[in-house]
Amino acid sequence: MKALSIRNLKKTYKNGFEALKGIDLDVEAGDFFALLGPNGAGKSTAIGIISSLITATSGSVSIFGHDLSKERELAKSCIGLVPQEINFNQFDTVQSIVMNQAGYYGAPRKLAVQRTEQCLKQMDLWDKRNSVSRRLSGGMKRRVMIARAMVHAPKLLILDEPTAGVDIEIRRSMWKLMKEVNQQGTTIILTTHYLEEAESLCRNIAIIDQGKIVENSDMASLLARLNIDHFVLDLAEPLTLTPVLEGCHVEQTNEKVLEVSVPKSVGLNQLFSQLSAQNIKVLSLKNKSNRLEQLFMDLIESKSSQKTPLHRGLG
Amino acid sequence: MNYSIALKTIVKKEVHRFLRIWPQTLLPPAITTALYFLIFGKLIGNRIGTISGATYMDYIVPGIILMSVISHSYSNVVSSFYSTKFQRNIEELIVAPVPNWVILSGYVSGGICRGLIVGFVVALISMLFAQIAVLHPGLMLLVAGLTATLFSLAGFINAVLAESFDDISIIPNFVLTPLSYLGGVFYSVDMLPGFWQTVIMGNPMLYMVSAFRYGMIGVTDVDIRLAIVMISGFIMLLTGFSLYLLHKGIGIKN
Repeated sequence: MKALSIRNLKKTYKNGFEALKGIDLDVEAGDFFALLGPNGAGKSTAIGIISSLITATSGSVSIFGHDLSKERELAKSCIGLVPQEINFNQFDTVQSIVMNQAGYYGAPRKLAVQRTEQCLKQMDLWDKRNSVSRRLSGGMKRRVMIARAMVHAPKLLILDEPTAGVDIEIRRSMWKLMKEVNQQGTTIILTTHYLEEAESLCRNIAIIDQGKIVENSDMASLLARLNIDHFVLDLAEPLTLTPVLEGCHVEQTNEKVLEVSVPKSVGLNQLFSQLSAQNIKVLSLKNKSNRLEQLFMDLIESKSSQKTPLHRGLG
Repeated sequence: MNYSIALKTIVKKEVHRFLRIWPQTLLPPAITTALYFLIFGKLIGNRIGTISGATYMDYIVPGIILMSVISHSYSNVVSSFYSTKFQRNIEELIVAPVPNWVILSGYVSGGICRGLIVGFVVALISMLFAQIAVLHPGLMLLVAGLTATLFSLAGFINAVLAESFDDISIIPNFVLTPLSYLGGVFYSVDMLPGFWQTVIMGNPMLYMVSAFRYGMIGVTDVDIRLAIVMISGFIMLLTGFSLYLLHKGIGIKN
């Protein structure tokens, strides 16, 4: 069963800007799906159309088999949306925001009360239920929006940059929660600029750029296509000369730090053998950037320069 | 799907909103109209005498009540729906499986409730100044309800089309208030010179005020049936236009 099926979706705004140039996308039920792209790529437009906030120019959207243009209410009842920006009434209390949303989805009062309590407790907001929402912190406001989106137990939860601007502790707890919600059977579509988030949470991924899907595959096989890893090495002793490591590209950023690009064909064992042979002791090693971030940049840059993306040789 | 719960939720939210801010929504009309009754009705009215057999105080009470119903039903919907747009929480309703007619009915019902409650408050205040035995209560309530509906719809359209807070004050200040004052609230059509008697017949407010006045004290300047038909016609027209705006997403969707 497909949670979401998009065919030839196009959107041209009144000013002539073509935000979507005919995208096709399928998301299976139960998936945790990442929709990534740089700013202005078209992902928010796509999400806006799926959630009925934006009218498509042409194409079709189907949610759990319900065509959005023909069975609008049935299709909408399957969706919960956490938008990018705060969009609840800042003068309402936390509880009334979530309760009202349950009402809009037709939940009888008794059920709405139960679900509201459940969602607010899950979001650690129960103590704040009577607080006026504008007095909450940024992280709490984001959690209110997640509680609101989940109150009608949607089959498809769309999270549009849900962790933007929240501190690392809240972000980690939100990741845990998203995983739990997905494990309970809810399909999740996530857009984020934190690629570490997408890599650790999502099983499948689509990358959108300039209104087109430029990549659509499962996360594991996408990451497997990464030919080169970039590492930062902290050295025990300072180096006066940049070492030469066969098959690798090396840059010395300061006397005790090396940045090394290691092709998969070389591997870490061979790298460390060469370092040991040159009597270079390494204290610690970390990825220069997140692996998905590296792929993402490759894809976006290659699109703009029309080069082959993932198999570029070392400079 | 059963949409009654969604409708009830919107209406409850709207009523709760204006009751929560009662010093802004219910108190000012009570004070303003008390001043109208005191100054125009008591101090000036005693020097005017009677109009169509009614004292001046009795003559202006229905008009002032209906004027309050008009301005408050309109302002409730225009300010509430525009704020909803401005804060973007209209998205809560657009994303949810709530049909357009439910959204429209919910906001219009909120406007009707406020208009009628304010009308009731003003009627209570008027009892301090005049003792009116209502002659046709059914007709009076019908006209008040239809008028509140009509101006709630007008407020909704204004809010949908508005792009700034200035846009929601233009119609009340430059259209509604002048039409109300020129709609026979404070005088009878007979008191105007011949040419202006013809001009004023083109003001729809005159029909509403006159029909409402007939319901209260049995005095009118217009045909009551024509007034009811006219108000109903306008309601149908504005309902159709509001649903068209929502269907097209004008002012609320990209």
